[in-house]
Amino acid sequence: MLLIPCPWCGPRDEAEFHYGGQAHVAYPEDPAALSDEEWARYLFFRDNPKGLFAERWSHTAGCRRWFNAVRDTATNEIHAVYRAGEPRPVIA
Amino acid sequence: MSERSERTGGAAVQPYRREGATGKTLRFRFDGREYAGLEGDTLASALLANGVRAVASSIKLGRPRGVYAAGSEEPNALVQIEEPFPEPMLTATTVELYDGLVATGLPGQGRLADRPDPARYDAVHAHCDVLVVGAGPAGIAAAGVAARAGARVILADERPEPGGSLLGTAETLDGAPGREWAAGEAAALAALPEVRVLRRTTVLGHYDDNYVIAVERRTNHLGAQAPADVARERVWRIRARRVVLATGGHERFVAFAGNDLPGVMLAGAARTYANHYRVLPGSRAVVFTTNDSAYAAALDLARAGVEIAAIADVRHAPGETWVARCAERGIEVLTGHVVTAVKGEGEVSSVEVAPRPEAQGSGGQAREIPADLLLVSGGWTPVVHLFSQAGGTLRYDEELGAFTPGETRQAVEAAGFARGVRTLRECLEDGAEAGRRALAGAGLTAPPEIDVPAAEEEPAAAPAEHVWLVESGDYGTHFVDLQRDVTVAEVLRATGAGLSSVEHVKRYTTAGTAHDQGKTSGLLTGGVVAHALGVDVAELGTTTFRAPYTPVSFAALAGRDRGPLHDPVRVTALHEWHVARGALFENVGQWKRPWYYPQQGEGPGEDMEAAVLRECRAAREDVAAMDASTLGKIDVVGPDAAVLLDRLYTNMMSTLKVGSIRYGVMCRPDGMVFDDGTVIRLADDRFLVTTTTGNAAAVLDWMEEWLQTEWPDLRVHCTSVTEQWATVALVGPRSREVLARLAPGLAVDNDSFPFMTWRDAEVAGIEARVCRISFSGELAYEINVSSWYGLALWEAVMASGEVTPYGTETMHVLRAEKGFPIVGQDTDGTVTPQDLGMEWIVSKKKADFVGKRSFARADTSRPDRKHLVGLLPEDPGVLLPEGAHLVDTSALPEPPVPTLGFVTSSYRSAALGRTFALALVSGGRERIGERLYAPVGADLVPVTVTSHVLYDPEGARRDG
Amino acid sequence: MVEPAAVSMAERRSPAAAFAARFEAASAGGGLRLAEIPFLSQINLRVDPKSPAAERIGTAMGVPLPMEPGTAAGGGDLEVLWLGPDEWLVVGPDGAAPGLVERLAEAAAGEHVSVVDVSAQRTALVVAGERARDVLAHGCVLDLHPRVFGPGRVAQTTLARAGVVLVAGEDGFRLLVRSSFAAYVAEWLLDASVEYVTSPAGEADPA
Repeated sequence: MLLIPCPWCGPRDEAEFHYGGQAHVAYPEDPAALSDEEWARYLFFRDNPKGLFAERWSHTAGCRRWFNAVRDTATNEIHAVYRAGEPRPVIA
Repeated sequence: MSERSERTGGAAVQPYRREGATGKTLRFRFDGREYAGLEGDTLASALLANGVRAVASSIKLGRPRGVYAAGSEEPNALVQIEEPFPEPMLTATTVELYDGLVATGLPGQGRLADRPDPARYDAVHAHCDVLVVGAGPAGIAAAGVAARAGARVILADERPEPGGSLLGTAETLDGAPGREWAAGEAAALAALPEVRVLRRTTVLGHYDDNYVIAVERRTNHLGAQAPADVARERVWRIRARRVVLATGGHERFVAFAGNDLPGVMLAGAARTYANHYRVLPGSRAVVFTTNDSAYAAALDLARAGVEIAAIADVRHAPGETWVARCAERGIEVLTGHVVTAVKGEGEVSSVEVAPRPEAQGSGGQAREIPADLLLVSGGWTPVVHLFSQAGGTLRYDEELGAFTPGETRQAVEAAGFARGVRTLRECLEDGAEAGRRALAGAGLTAPPEIDVPAAEEEPAAAPAEHVWLVESGDYGTHFVDLQRDVTVAEVLRATGAGLSSVEHVKRYTTAGTAHDQGKTSGLLTGGVVAHALGVDVAELGTTTFRAPYTPVSFAALAGRDRGPLHDPVRVTALHEWHVARGALFENVGQWKRPWYYPQQGEGPGEDMEAAVLRECRAAREDVAAMDASTLGKIDVVGPDAAVLLDRLYTNMMSTLKVGSIRYGVMCRPDGMVFDDGTVIRLADDRFLVTTTTGNAAAVLDWMEEWLQTEWPDLRVHCTSVTEQWATVALVGPRSREVLARLAPGLAVDNDSFPFMTWRDAEVAGIEARVCRISFSGELAYEINVSSWYGLALWEAVMASGEVTPYGTETMHVLRAEKGFPIVGQDTDGTVTPQDLGMEWIVSKKKADFVGKRSFARADTSRPDRKHLVGLLPEDPGVLLPEGAHLVDTSALPEPPVPTLGFVTSSYRSAALGRTFALALVSGGRERIGERLYAPVGADLVPVTVTSHVLYDPEGARRDG
Repeated sequence: MVEPAAVSMAERRSPAAAFAARFEAASAGGGLRLAEIPFLSQINLRVDPKSPAAERIGTAMGVPLPMEPGTAAGGGDLEVLWLGPDEWLVVGPDGAAPGLVERLAEAAAGEHVSVVDVSAQRTALVVAGERARDVLAHGCVLDLHPRVFGPGRVAQTTLARAGVVLVAGEDGFRLLVRSSFAAYVAEWLLDASVEYVTSPAGEADPA
């Protein structure tokens, strides 16, 4: 059970959160302008790295705010959390 | 010579009980025989005190097995508790004896109780600065340092009393028995306000971020005397800032011929039985060892009255002090010797020892020594299970011949023997230092000076020699895993088959997979594999350590989450009325909704079919009411509220007039239907959105997700008001007149209050919002009031006696007759609005909305997509089962049979006078009029495909 | 716009009304107090914390909006609970809701603010007494140690399997529980209290 540091509420149990998949996948500006392949890429394709991964979490059982976290998928260590809309921090 | 008690007195005779043992006598029964033991015994020590050697039999080979260890690492002595309540697969070494215990030995597998466990089990969350696992010398020292500095400390130990290794070794601290020091320290710590000392508590698992699961056995040891309202076992869910693992070590044995015969026992375990339990595990013993530790055991047993016939030491140079002490007591030490055979019928009667074949010039001969006990020590293995579970690496300690903790990213460290620290004095110091580091890690200040009690001086240790097996021509009874009956022969078969990884050998042989999870056998198996392959144990590594550390009962894991508390039951404000009226309930997500209301009266109760037909007729021909409070409700407020709804619904919401209502569908970006409901415009900048019962939270989350992550510029706020409102649906041609009576101030005629509009009104004296919407096709109203007044409103509606209450089954029939789909029943996440025959709800005018782009994908316009259609069984009495598949052939072809689709809803219709169904059928709208077949059991039921709208397709009934 | 009536001829019923007697029985021993506080006024407020409207609303209520996550602010008969970075729950006495809604909407003065009466959305359950923390620890994963979650702390979290707003006060805890979950939470609390409910004589209550 991870202890996830909500940027607002502080560390809370993983069970209070919902996972939202890869971060920084923006809804396309003009979906109608995309080819079927480009649209399918938005809909269905996500990265799956071993190591650092920027992903979305929502503190659903708490303040209900979405935020981003950089988590190491191999160790589960969360290196940074940052609010929606903020750029991904550089992890040394 | 022997201290053995010669007292007599029927079942109270305990021939192997040491003299001077005190405590209350307890009666118990094992394998059908009456015995007596003493308070403080385990079942194992009590059996040994009574001379019971064969306790269980092995799972595959049926060989007799005896007590091998004195703790939770026991590989052999599996028992079934029969009374007071059946409990399978416990180790006799961990069952505390109580009066009236009835148990039987097991052949590897137990039996579950045939009745529900009446005991209470619960769980609790706990937080601490420092969790110390293990209340041996290192653990107590660590906890003491942390606790006295004011830290919040939890000290957990699996045994009934603190002390760890001190209990078995009887070493002294500050000149007094170590056991007394441990008890005193534990009591002093427990008295501190921020400290919790958990006895009988096994830490089972160590997870991310120092989340640790433990099980406390609180009343198990009380047997039938356990109070019913005290939880028998408690799961502790501990979040610790720092963890100190002072888990000590397990002694391992050596693989030699006949090492499973009852009477063969770990040397340290025998020492514990003699010192702690005051029981002699035998009369005359041979000791077989690879290291110095067995000498201390042999000497303690000799002092207790066990004749030590000889010590066979694989080494040529044992510790000199130990050899000298043995000489003082006249104990023969055979260096460079191994045990080559163990003889006896069902239990040890003699032991054959011989010089090691490779030992040059030892000059000894093979000898058969009469003995009823063979004590074995193959060295000690630090208990690294939790450290490894926590993600820590392990490294091989050559001197110890075992793996010890390496690196970890978690705030956890091992202390004492768990990290290979050898002597008692060093373990105490190491524990104290670990406590000091844990304090610092938790941001607290450690005291400058730390006192640890003085331990006895220990003889200088001679190096152990890591011998895993005694070489032989026949490895058929050289056991490496006693519980799984795995021998060296089987390990060699595995390596001979080309397996070179311990993980593969484990799976091939099952070694290490039993209840003991290889506590005594894991490293031994690795050693034998290394021996066979000619590689280093260090290179081979270990198999993965997984939770739980020891077996845990499902009852404990379930805790209070069973029966009515298994999952929340959500109820509406009207629930008590439904219960009183005798409604049957349907689970809709966590909600309990009235399913139907059997007619009350004389004779047998009405069945569901009759009740639903009656309720349907009332709704279609008269007036009926349903509790619709469970629908999700979201208040959407802000200048951009209409923009948000336009983007999330497929149809246009911004054009909705204040005072009006519109039905809408939401899709996921892939174009598949996600939810549906009505949207009520309360003001220019305010809407009330309703969702399906099951999706209320999901839709609110959906809105928040888009607002927070994609469209933070939109000025909209969403608030759940699902339970703020109670909702009563009033349905049927006479609903208008009933409403008019309840709300005399409301103009209810069709022109004043048209379809898909809402009005504020006082209904039955309660402020209400009345919506003219219909989920049945009939004239209908939904009356919303504060849920505090929900029951009052419902009672007012029912007061006249004219209104028939109806449940979800009738609601389903009514809506299905009209072809209204239920999201989640008639859809499954692969269905578009077009598939449902709802092209009309997909706006062509809006530039974009969530899902729109996907409607231009080739996949969403395939002609063979499944469409929602109606089905009429040719026999109007046949009710198709929901989920039935559909084919277009009157005889089934050879499998695999291609399916055209499946039934999603199926009912008997009062209005149609027959059965009908809805189904998702490939190219369904093109098949209207066709005959298809539903395989049901052995039959193929012929059905005709129809429009999904089967009742009042013109919509003539909605205005009454 | 309809808001729930503060006064009506019809009879109100609170979500945990059926538990009053059992709560009272569980509270008899003194170590624990369980009770429902029915019909509190509750207003869900959403407003940009940096906006002038937020300040005006604080002034209008006489209680500035608490800006620190997980805290409550009180004044007079009102208590304002932090629910999220732009969301608060204003809790007041029975009957105050219509007036509060009006005052808050007025203070918003046309700015984008959401004021929603949610008085009947949740009910308040009291868990107080020296064993209150022990009872809650059976189902609440938060660290309720007085140094960590003392008076004035608020959290949205879960108790057993239900979402709750947990408020720590000087005299114990209040749980704001969704009305549909109230019976479940009440049953759960009574069950969790079994070991802590003692009769005045100090013996375990067999009931």
